[in-house]
Amino acid sequence: MTHAASPLEGDDESEILVKLDGVERHYQMGTSTVRALDGVDLEIRRGDHWAIMGRSGSGKSTMLNLLGCLDRPTGGEYYLGGTPVSTLDDDALSEIRGERIGFVFQSFNLIPQLTVLENLEVPLFYQGGAPAVARKRAEELAARVGLDDRLDHRPPELSGGQQQRVAIARSLINDPLIVLADEATGNLDSNTEMEILELLDDLAKEGKTIILVTHAEEVAERARKILILVDGKVDRIIENSDHSVAASKN
Amino acid sequence: MFHGPLGRTIRLGITNLKLHLLRSILTGLGILFGVAAVILMLAITEGKSETALRQFRELGSNTIVIVTKKPPEMEEEQQSASFFSVQDYGIEYADCDAIVKTLPAVKVVVPVRTIPKLARRGPRTASVPVFGTVPGYDGIAGLVLREGRFLARRDLERKNNYAVLGAKIARTLFPFETPVGKTIRLGTESFRVVGVLSSPDQASSSQAATLAADAVLVPVSAARAFFGETTTKTTGGAREIEAIELHTVRIEVEGTQEELNANVLATARALRTLMKGRHKKKEDYQIIVPLELLQQQEEQARNWQIVLGFIAGISLVIGGIGIMNVMLATVTERTREIGIRRALGAKRKHIVAQFLVETIVLSCGGGLAGVLVGVGGATLIDYARDDVEAIIRWEFALLAFSVSALVGMVFGVYPAWRAAQMDPVEALRHE
Ligand SMILES: Nc1ncnc2c1ncn2[C@@H]1O[C@H](COP(=O)(O)OP(=O)(O)OP(=O)(O)O)[C@@H](O)[C@H]1O
Ligand SMILES: [Mg+2]
Repeated sequence: MTHAASPLEGDDESEILVKLDGVERHYQMGTSTVRALDGVDLEIRRGDHWAIMGRSGSGKSTMLNLLGCLDRPTGGEYYLGGTPVSTLDDDALSEIRGERIGFVFQSFNLIPQLTVLENLEVPLFYQGGAPAVARKRAEELAARVGLDDRLDHRPPELSGGQQQRVAIARSLINDPLIVLADEATGNLDSNTEMEILELLDDLAKEGKTIILVTHAEEVAERARKILILVDGKVDRIIENSDHSVAASKN
Repeated sequence: MFHGPLGRTIRLGITNLKLHLLRSILTGLGILFGVAAVILMLAITEGKSETALRQFRELGSNTIVIVTKKPPEMEEEQQSASFFSVQDYGIEYADCDAIVKTLPAVKVVVPVRTIPKLARRGPRTASVPVFGTVPGYDGIAGLVLREGRFLARRDLERKNNYAVLGAKIARTLFPFETPVGKTIRLGTESFRVVGVLSSPDQASSSQAATLAADAVLVPVSAARAFFGETTTKTTGGAREIEAIELHTVRIEVEGTQEELNANVLATARALRTLMKGRHKKKEDYQIIVPLELLQQQEEQARNWQIVLGFIAGISLVIGGIGIMNVMLATVTERTREIGIRRALGAKRKHIVAQFLVETIVLSCGGGLAGVLVGVGGATLIDYARDDVEAIIRWEFALLAFSVSALVGMVFGVYPAWRAAQMDPVEALRHE
């Protein structure tokens, strides 16, 4: 659909989906410059499960926003499926977000005046598909996250965990290449957190590329690779082949 | 319609407007009043010009009337004039002949000489205006005969002392008998009644009604022969003797539908030149061209419409500013929603469409309600007030409604543009 979309096709497991090449994201605050990201090099392969960790203010959200094409680097280049993102205009980025990216936010970010079903349909609406198809897909995904009995409820009538399940269902509605989750469980109690993490684990097992930002080690441990950011720079990358962060530490 | 992307955007707009129902209604009120004002003022000005049009149509838009008028210098003269001096002015028989001979496109020329007389039949009397005129006057003045006949050409040629009576005067003089064939006295002269006019219907103008009811019509030649060239008026004790040949001359212009207006105006021009040439010394006549008056009236109505339209337009603009204000607040309020939608794939144009449609739905809603209020108000005014006529045309409603839609579009563009320009990341962070 977009000129960026074609390189994103294909099922090669080892294909490099995301490549960051000296990516910078600087904010000019008057005379001083905030270096939210300061020369990040990174490659993420299709089907990988990544966790991004780091102190508050280390640039995790900034990086996720760049990866999700919500924001653009101020320096360096971001190749998504081989396409340099700096060559894409606003509409093309919107199309990528709509068709290839799924977002899960800490604060759920559902549209309060829409029902669960309508919230799920929003991404498909912007792709101009048939409403009946969108409805069917929304119902399937609601069932998958166990909310098929809440289709006509509005977000304020749901618990935090239920809202986040709706958000996850919504992030999957366009069958995205990458699911990006920014502290998806940060607002939830530990039981609900487990539910959500298991949902994300299932996605990873199905081969979805997942990148999640977290403060919690036990959340990061579930990922295959852990990226530690310090002051906008990659501090280290931990390969977590046995899924144990503690083991690879030190 | 409600299933396509536009339909869904409209539905979304309605949903969002319903979310703040009171605010939406208050905002829509601004447009409502503007649209209602536009329709009301259009309906009232239309009623005004329609009334005027009807009056002129009665006079006949293809006629030109010359009326004898006492020249201003004679008015003054009168005070100092000797008791028996004769005031000689007005349209002359010769003018009438010249008009018939020289003016093109003239169908009928009807001279009228009015003489006040006392009509008498046996013991019954009535003061009447006697109209000395010619055959054809019945047609041009819209008179209808109840019995007998109207004046004929031969009556004119032979100066027959024949008369046609107005409906009311016929009843007064002949309460128990048929007037036709009977004799009456006009002043000292005997006249035979040949016809009676039927009563004026309600719709006719007061002038036509007076004529059909109260007048006595005689051949102008007979009037001249029997009553002489002078008339004596007694006003406030002073006797005035006037020598006026003709009081009015009505001219009917001919021509096809398309050329008629041009003919009337051309004839009026020629007539003015002719009369000016023939009445060099005093201005003792007045030329009335209903068509010109009608055109002036129409222009006046148009000017009114422009002024009122401007005022109504301003109220619509104020309504539009109200809408814009509310939409700007809405956009700020829904910054986060905008961020979410952008993250989920909405392009700028989608955001623009969403807010623009919402504004247009709001203004069209107000516009629709305004059409109802305006039409209702105009109907009410028309019904409640006898002196005001309000005429509603569907074009008015359409125009007012389109303007309200346009207002929504114009004043919705900026808020929608603001919404679309938001940075998605910033918008998502908005509380
Ligand atoms: N719009 C902005 N303008 C200026 N500075 C910004 C802006 N957005 C982010 N920053 C700065 O960039 C740095 C990285 O911010 P970011 O939100 O990525 O941190 P984070 O790692 O997600 O932190 P947290 O764990 O608290 O969410 C911070 O120092 C922040 O102040
Ligand atoms: Mg963050």
